[in-house]
Amino acid sequence: MATEILMPALSPTMEEGTLAKWLVKEGDTVASGDIMAEIETDKATMEFEAVDEGIIGKILIAEGSEGVKVNTTIAILLEDGESVDDVALTAAAPTDTPPPTPVATTTAAPAAPQVDLTPDQTPDWPEGTPVKQQSVREALRDAMSEEMRRDEDVYLMGEEVAEYQGAYKISQGMLDEFGSKRVIDTPITEHGFAGIAVGSALAGLRPIVEFMTFNFAMQAIDQIINSAAKTRYMSGGQMGAPMVFRGPNGAAARVGAQHSQDYAAWYMQVPGLKVAMPYSASDAKGLLKTAIRDPNPVIFLENEMLYGHSFDMPEIDDYTVPFGKARIWREGSDVTIVSFGIGMQYALEAADRLAGDGISAEVIDLRTLRPMDTDSIIKSVMKTNRCVTVEEGWPQGSVGSYISSVIMQEAFDYLDAPVINCTGKDVPMPYAANLEKLALVTTDEVIAAVKQVTYR
Amino acid sequence: MATRKTAKKTNVSADELKSYYREMLLIRRFEEKAGQLYGMGLIGGFCHLYIGQEAVVVGLEAHTKEGDKRITSYRDHGHMLACGMDPNGVMAELAGRSDGYSAGKGGSMHMFSEEKHFYGGNGIVAAQVPLGTGLAFADKYKGNDNVTFAYFGDGAANQGQVYEAFNMAALWNLPVVYVIENNQYAMGTSQQRSTSTPDIYTRGEAFGIDGELVDGMDVIAVRDAGDKAIKHCRSGKGPYILEIKTYRYRGHSMSDPAKYRTREEVQKVREERDPIEHVRSMLLASKYATEDDLKAIDKEIKGIVNESAEFARNSPEPDAAELWTDIYAEATA
Repeated sequence: MATEILMPALSPTMEEGTLAKWLVKEGDTVASGDIMAEIETDKATMEFEAVDEGIIGKILIAEGSEGVKVNTTIAILLEDGESVDDVALTAAAPTDTPPPTPVATTTAAPAAPQVDLTPDQTPDWPEGTPVKQQSVREALRDAMSEEMRRDEDVYLMGEEVAEYQGAYKISQGMLDEFGSKRVIDTPITEHGFAGIAVGSALAGLRPIVEFMTFNFAMQAIDQIINSAAKTRYMSGGQMGAPMVFRGPNGAAARVGAQHSQDYAAWYMQVPGLKVAMPYSASDAKGLLKTAIRDPNPVIFLENEMLYGHSFDMPEIDDYTVPFGKARIWREGSDVTIVSFGIGMQYALEAADRLAGDGISAEVIDLRTLRPMDTDSIIKSVMKTNRCVTVEEGWPQGSVGSYISSVIMQEAFDYLDAPVINCTGKDVPMPYAANLEKLALVTTDEVIAAVKQVTYR
Repeated sequence: MATRKTAKKTNVSADELKSYYREMLLIRRFEEKAGQLYGMGLIGGFCHLYIGQEAVVVGLEAHTKEGDKRITSYRDHGHMLACGMDPNGVMAELAGRSDGYSAGKGGSMHMFSEEKHFYGGNGIVAAQVPLGTGLAFADKYKGNDNVTFAYFGDGAANQGQVYEAFNMAALWNLPVVYVIENNQYAMGTSQQRSTSTPDIYTRGEAFGIDGELVDGMDVIAVRDAGDKAIKHCRSGKGPYILEIKTYRYRGHSMSDPAKYRTREEVQKVREERDPIEHVRSMLLASKYATEDDLKAIDKEIKGIVNESAEFARNSPEPDAAELWTDIYAEATA
């Protein structure tokens, strides 16, 4: 059967081209792979090869023709014994048969499915539950150890996690309990071990990857985003990476620009990742246990300054905290202060001092940034009509700027003042003690922002 | 083709040789069809064809067993067909249709099959090397004797993460075969212009990983090298490197005019070194098959490939609601 040779698309964007030169003439025999013509696109001159074998029966578009639309019939290829007269030619114009482009579906994207995030105000643990004091450091270790006892497929990998007992002593004692098969010291090779961990997760294990700090995870961010976060989508749901990337994030003290960055806003942007950033020890434990069980990649942002802080820890077996549920630390009526991670220190201290000035602040700890419990924020802002956000990260593209846009869209009519974002200053972290203090967000700045939105 | 071996001098049966012929031909015809459909606008974006390199995957798959894993770059159609994935599903994915392996959401570079233990399809050059090492890590952790093939090109061999992975694979004795498909061009940059030493397979020496050079236009040579590498890994001796010298006939992707090499260079390989012609002449010379037998195979393959194109054409585009699915797995705990 004769075949129509169509003007090919030779690049992702080509719609038409110039048929620069024919390298075959009517009557020539061609085999698969032979070059038949040269075609100029807007980018290059490409050689056009035959796919089928046959005889060039007729050339329909002369060489030198410009503006030849893709899918125009440019020649007819005959099989042995066929004559060009046998073939009912379609016009040399673009073929009547439209290219098999898919049927148009909708032009507008369907709305994102709504997840029910009606604020759940139940407390994290029932009243009367006995509590003990525990540090964030111990809480993180207990979370990992409990989950490793529960599931053989969970393992911990990172620099100095095993024999050194953790660069920040988070994994203290874990090598002794679980052995070197499951608590694994890596070489200093973030990109490589993050990739290995993702690969092992695709094959069904549940790694916990400790980065000595999230600053070093920039070496691995391609594997985190392109491999861990996107594979479920790209595979049509066939496989994904159930794993946790964890470690200290943000500024420690006097370690300079390359060791003092807050990545909350970076990771929060990525569909396919979940992002948790606890403040208290109970949240560190409860959220980390949830993260390890989650079938998706979770970024778990800790803070070195908080590791030694102690908080109430409920004495409950298998204590977990769900993702996407903010914690209201303090109820108030005049202003909503929203924060997460170490920002909560400034938020809570500001609220204490503001109470002395007769200003009642409601303080919300988001705990997870993706999913984010924006419903709790909106509900609170509808009550207080004012909002201040607090974080240590940079201002442009900050977590606070996202929260501001959500409030604008969902509670604009309730606002009595513009939302203010208290953030770290828009500079790399300086080393000098005085400059570092100036670069970080401060409680005084939070108080000033609250006074501004409450017009005091 | 003066130096063609006959099958009888090598350790290969008529059935084996015929099946290699069939599988290589399937890849070639499939890729030619994909190129054609690209020209018609049915396939979009980037599309990297495997034509010329068929003997690599067909040879290496010959001695794999259930549970063995494979992962590769964006030039991945051949790997999928060679590990038994359905041509219909692959072609439908190339066309971005709902019956594709990734429901149309992955495309040419991002396809996966849990069933066939195919882990992509990776668009970031060399990212699959640590990932493949991680697949092998999982097998070692679980205590089975499966092996992973991590395929990458001569271009990827210059990425740092490759050597991070080599180091840990050797340190932890992981059962991974690193397959360097050296087609001699990293997009438009020849190996001479990109790589400080000619022999990439020796780059494992610094980590204590053995490697060897293999003629990638000879499916029997590839198969035998693969067999040796698999045995090495299965027996717990850690990683192994195969540098397989091959050649891609087409441009880097569909939109590459390939002006960095001469037409004569390509033509010479096609005429003198073609891996499919090689097997074809072995089959005939050894009287393992007649011209008619081979014609029947050609016809069968043509039918499969045409069917895959029809299947892709007729498969609907993904439903608009698919935009929002498969981003997260539902938490069950």
